[in-house]
Amino acid sequence: MAEMSVELVAVERRLWSGTATMVIARTTEGEIGILPRHIPLLGELIEGGVVEIRTSDGETVRAAVHGGFLSVTADGVSILAESAELAGEIDVKQARADLEQGDDKARLRAAGRLQAAGQAV
Amino acid sequence: MAAELRVLRQRIRSVKSTQKITRAYELIATSRIPKSQARMTAARPYAEEITNVLSTLAESSTLDHPLVVPRERPKRAGVLLVTSDKGMCGGYNSGVIKAAEELQSLLREQGKEPVLYVVGRKGLGYYTFRHRPVAASWTGFSEIPHYTDAATVGKTLVEAFMGGTDDNADGAGADGVVGVDELHVVYTEYRSMLTQTPVARQIAPLEVEYGVESDRPKPSYEFEPDAETLFGALLPKYVNTRLFSALLQAATSELASRQRAMKAATDNANELLRTYSLRANQARQAQITQEISEIVGGANALAAAGSDE
Repeated sequence: MAEMSVELVAVERRLWSGTATMVIARTTEGEIGILPRHIPLLGELIEGGVVEIRTSDGETVRAAVHGGFLSVTADGVSILAESAELAGEIDVKQARADLEQGDDKARLRAAGRLQAAGQAV
Repeated sequence: MAAELRVLRQRIRSVKSTQKITRAYELIATSRIPKSQARMTAARPYAEEITNVLSTLAESSTLDHPLVVPRERPKRAGVLLVTSDKGMCGGYNSGVIKAAEELQSLLREQGKEPVLYVVGRKGLGYYTFRHRPVAASWTGFSEIPHYTDAATVGKTLVEAFMGGTDDNADGAGADGVVGVDELHVVYTEYRSMLTQTPVARQIAPLEVEYGVESDRPKPSYEFEPDAETLFGALLPKYVNTRLFSALLQAATSELASRQRAMKAATDNANELLRTYSLRANQARQAQITQEISEIVGGANALAAAGSDE
């Protein structure tokens, strides 16, 4: 099966890197799934979006990505985020609280985080 | 004699407590340096990726965003000075302030009016004490800067810069905002544990680093949304990344300078303690000798007086 190298980097740290068979993300234009040998692409991800990476081991890595960009080149896929959290790291309680109290932007982010954590919004 | 001994003992006590403080500061700084270095390393992949993305964009679209085009006649230049919140770090702040002063006089020579932005309590104190205007200042994160801090600073700077696009010779243009035409950042670059140098860098107009020209044909890119919008969204983020890296380097430099300054202070205190204890012991000895000779002298005098009778 074809593979591509994927990097998920946030400003303050590298979240995940490895090989994957598919990346699903949502740009400002709409949802997009990227398979290996996709043509070069640059996209801006929506605020509070969820990125899903299907790794070569058959696992699925999900992350909430805020203020992100997606770059697909011949070498692989890189996802740049101002801040990002892997599904396992998301504080569901905090996200729920943000969803109820925060302003529009915080609510959007919280919704993305809950979605990434696999919770119903 | 007894007075001298008392004074010396007092001084030894005071030096000892100072030494405890400087030693504590030294240890704290030493323990924080690796963490700060790790943060610098952790921030690198993002900076590299965003540079890659930006240079790809630059290759495939026309660059006419205000952030990358040099203004024809720059009138005002923004200078961001990165200092520390706390002192106790030797020549760290004075070094970076001196570099900022040099940059400002250079800008004045070129006919540009410097506008100051300051990060850190020490730099702010320097300018408010001299009653010099500071356009904006941020404090409280000099030791552990987060990306959100860099983004706050970056937002103000980019707004000021974009506000300067339509300025004419008389001042504010159509938007009524007096902006700046250039942006510079002055911070202390972290080279190694032993060398940190104050540097001045221009952050806007940006110089986008172009990738190495390759022989194979450039792949045509797909953009979502279009290249112009993407460029507009990416550039401020790129500025933030540059600022964040400057803040991180400044923080690590601050810790390294503090560690070195406090080590020197502790060593000095130890040296002082040695001299003072030596002198105190001498004074104590002299006092004892004097007391003995007084007693002996007194006894002799008594004995002599007794034999006379």
